[in-house]
Amino acid sequence: MKADVGAPLGAPFAKSGVGTLLRLPSFGQKFGGVAEYIVIPALALLASLVLFGIFVALFGKNPLDLYFYMYQGAFGTWFSWQNTLTRAAPLILTALCTALPAQLGMVIIGGEGALLIGALAATSAALALQAAPPLVVDVAMACAGMIGGGLWIMLAGALRQYRGVNETISSLLLVYIALAILNFLVEGPMRDPSSLNKPSTPEIGAVNMIGNIPGMDVHWGFVLGIIAALLSYILIYHTVFGFAARVAGGNIRAAKVVGLSVGKLILIICFLAGAAAGLAGMMEVAAVQGRTNANLAAGYGFAGILVAFLARQNPLAIIPVAILLGGIGASGGLLQRRLGLPDASVLVLQGMIFVMVLASDTLYGRFGIFRKAS
Amino acid sequence: MNLDNISRRRLLQGTAVLGLGTALPLNRALAKDTTIGFIYVGSRDDYGYNQAHAAGAAALKKMPGIKVVEEEKVPETDAVEKTMESMISLDGATLLFPTSFGYYNPHMLKMAAKYPKLRFEHCGGLWSEKDPKNAGSYFGYIDESQHVAGIVAGYMSKSGKLGFVAAKPIPQVLRNINAWTLGAKLANPKITTQVIFTGDWSMPVKEAEATNSLIDQGVDVVTCHVDGPKTVVENAARRGAMVTGYHVNQSVLAPQAYLTGAEWNWEVLYPRFAKMFVAGETIPNFYRGGLKEEIVKVSPYGSMVSAEAKTKADEVKAGLTAGTYVIFKGPIADNKGKTVIAAGVSQGQTDPELEKMGYLVDGVIGATS
Repeated sequence: MKADVGAPLGAPFAKSGVGTLLRLPSFGQKFGGVAEYIVIPALALLASLVLFGIFVALFGKNPLDLYFYMYQGAFGTWFSWQNTLTRAAPLILTALCTALPAQLGMVIIGGEGALLIGALAATSAALALQAAPPLVVDVAMACAGMIGGGLWIMLAGALRQYRGVNETISSLLLVYIALAILNFLVEGPMRDPSSLNKPSTPEIGAVNMIGNIPGMDVHWGFVLGIIAALLSYILIYHTVFGFAARVAGGNIRAAKVVGLSVGKLILIICFLAGAAAGLAGMMEVAAVQGRTNANLAAGYGFAGILVAFLARQNPLAIIPVAILLGGIGASGGLLQRRLGLPDASVLVLQGMIFVMVLASDTLYGRFGIFRKAS
Repeated sequence: MNLDNISRRRLLQGTAVLGLGTALPLNRALAKDTTIGFIYVGSRDDYGYNQAHAAGAAALKKMPGIKVVEEEKVPETDAVEKTMESMISLDGATLLFPTSFGYYNPHMLKMAAKYPKLRFEHCGGLWSEKDPKNAGSYFGYIDESQHVAGIVAGYMSKSGKLGFVAAKPIPQVLRNINAWTLGAKLANPKITTQVIFTGDWSMPVKEAEATNSLIDQGVDVVTCHVDGPKTVVENAARRGAMVTGYHVNQSVLAPQAYLTGAEWNWEVLYPRFAKMFVAGETIPNFYRGGLKEEIVKVSPYGSMVSAEAKTKADEVKAGLTAGTYVIFKGPIADNKGKTVIAAGVSQGQTDPELEKMGYLVDGVIGATS
């Protein structure tokens, strides 16, 4: 059964009934809904870039240079593209950790914790299976990472469902608990004794490392992220389960009245959300760091929140938004080097984009061009 | 804006060939100067670890024929690999200084293997024979400077209680705490050092809490081993305590409280490396030194430091500079009463035993785990 009522991207097509087919559809009728969701964020992005240009001009730098270097650093060369995609890879997965529970109306901001627990679980699996063939080790790592991260966010979901604890606060606080657990294990029971001045677990072994996508210097986490985002989209907009989740997200009482098991929905969605972030942690270990240590707490989980909100919690939109933020990160280095801007300037731009996109919410439905002729 | 190396049009033309492998010869051919890249984990004006390296980079900028590119706040993830590659492929850097400890393995090693013709120099002293030959690691025996600062702290303390705010109980940090305390004990054998570990390299809130808590307990001279000592120095000074600094000279932050401090001297080492590199000589893969080799230094004494303290500190500093004085000379007991260095045993500057230090010496209040 297909149940894609109210899907932001699919909706305009689904809603075009028999009546409209008899007339030639206008631009607004045919692409209005989709276009609105593309044009308005694009305008918000443009506005924040202009604002950022003014901000930079106040510091005596030429805004045209700024735009040129941003383009060059993010997308201007093949190397820049790879730089951008590498940075985007973990963000797609951690963004799903916020976007999936958002379908239920929950605001989960603890992706960082699930990432760390996922990394720890994956490392433990690899260390326990040292004799196994690499493929087995990697699959076990992925499973362990997803289960670890999944249970972590499910804990926040269960606290909300059974104890009435606010999931935003609990998931955030769970990040600090996860970090403390990581530091304890890495500096204590799981420490490689030879890691003197940088406490780390033993390495998972070079043969177990997951390499790059052929022909690119980007690891497989990027592909996994896209697959996870696609699966999430299908789950939310094209399955009964996803429909039930969105009903519960729209009106929890109505969902209960029609007999939906809201508790089960919360636990499963939270598990899937945590699993995505846990997979990001697993890939950081298996494709980048080769072991677990404090380096893993690099803020991917927090950056994922920004990505999810900018993508308006739409799993498909997460992919381009993650690439965009990856590009901003990649170009940040060039801005520092060529324009002498401090690192914080990139944060200023991110903040401006965030505020602009949120503010642009008010524009939806105000442009006639996007509306159907009634 | 700097278009010395790459004009905008060239860049656009070159876009197609700016792929990783082909970028090197192209950029090298364009480059008149030697481009050196510096990467910092924190901000380069942190009054600490990163600023010390940035001061070294600033010294290079004054050399003719050298161009420096810098990037700050680069995390210890694959982001630093991309930053190195970006400096290589877009700026034409041929010598790179990724300065944070966590950049080494696997990130810098990966890049060194990928770009065998370029040179990578890491701060931390981790290089071993199995690592790429175009990679190097350098470090300074800054415990020598800490020892001298400890002597001053010991003479200046009236309460006989010193405080140390430290990041993590790892060998490098423990060595500094122990060297500082052993110095203070030369002035007052009964002196104690209360140590508080904050758990990470940059935790300003915890560092401030630790400093206040130490002073509440009667400590009157504080020092630290964290990435940015600014918080500790300013808080201690505000509370009327004295401080000895770390990484760079923090006397500007608290002129009335700053006794002296243990500083890096990268502004001497980096030009030395750059000269070797430009002349085509090989920089040693493993490079270390202390006061004698001018890799570390001691801040000038504050005006409040007594003549007695200066005399003793200068005497020990002269011994360390001449290589005749040994800090870790038995008998030394740890703070649980166990002998860690037996009588008659001297563990000099380069002794590998000191690299594995896992104890706090007698007189330090605190635990390593």
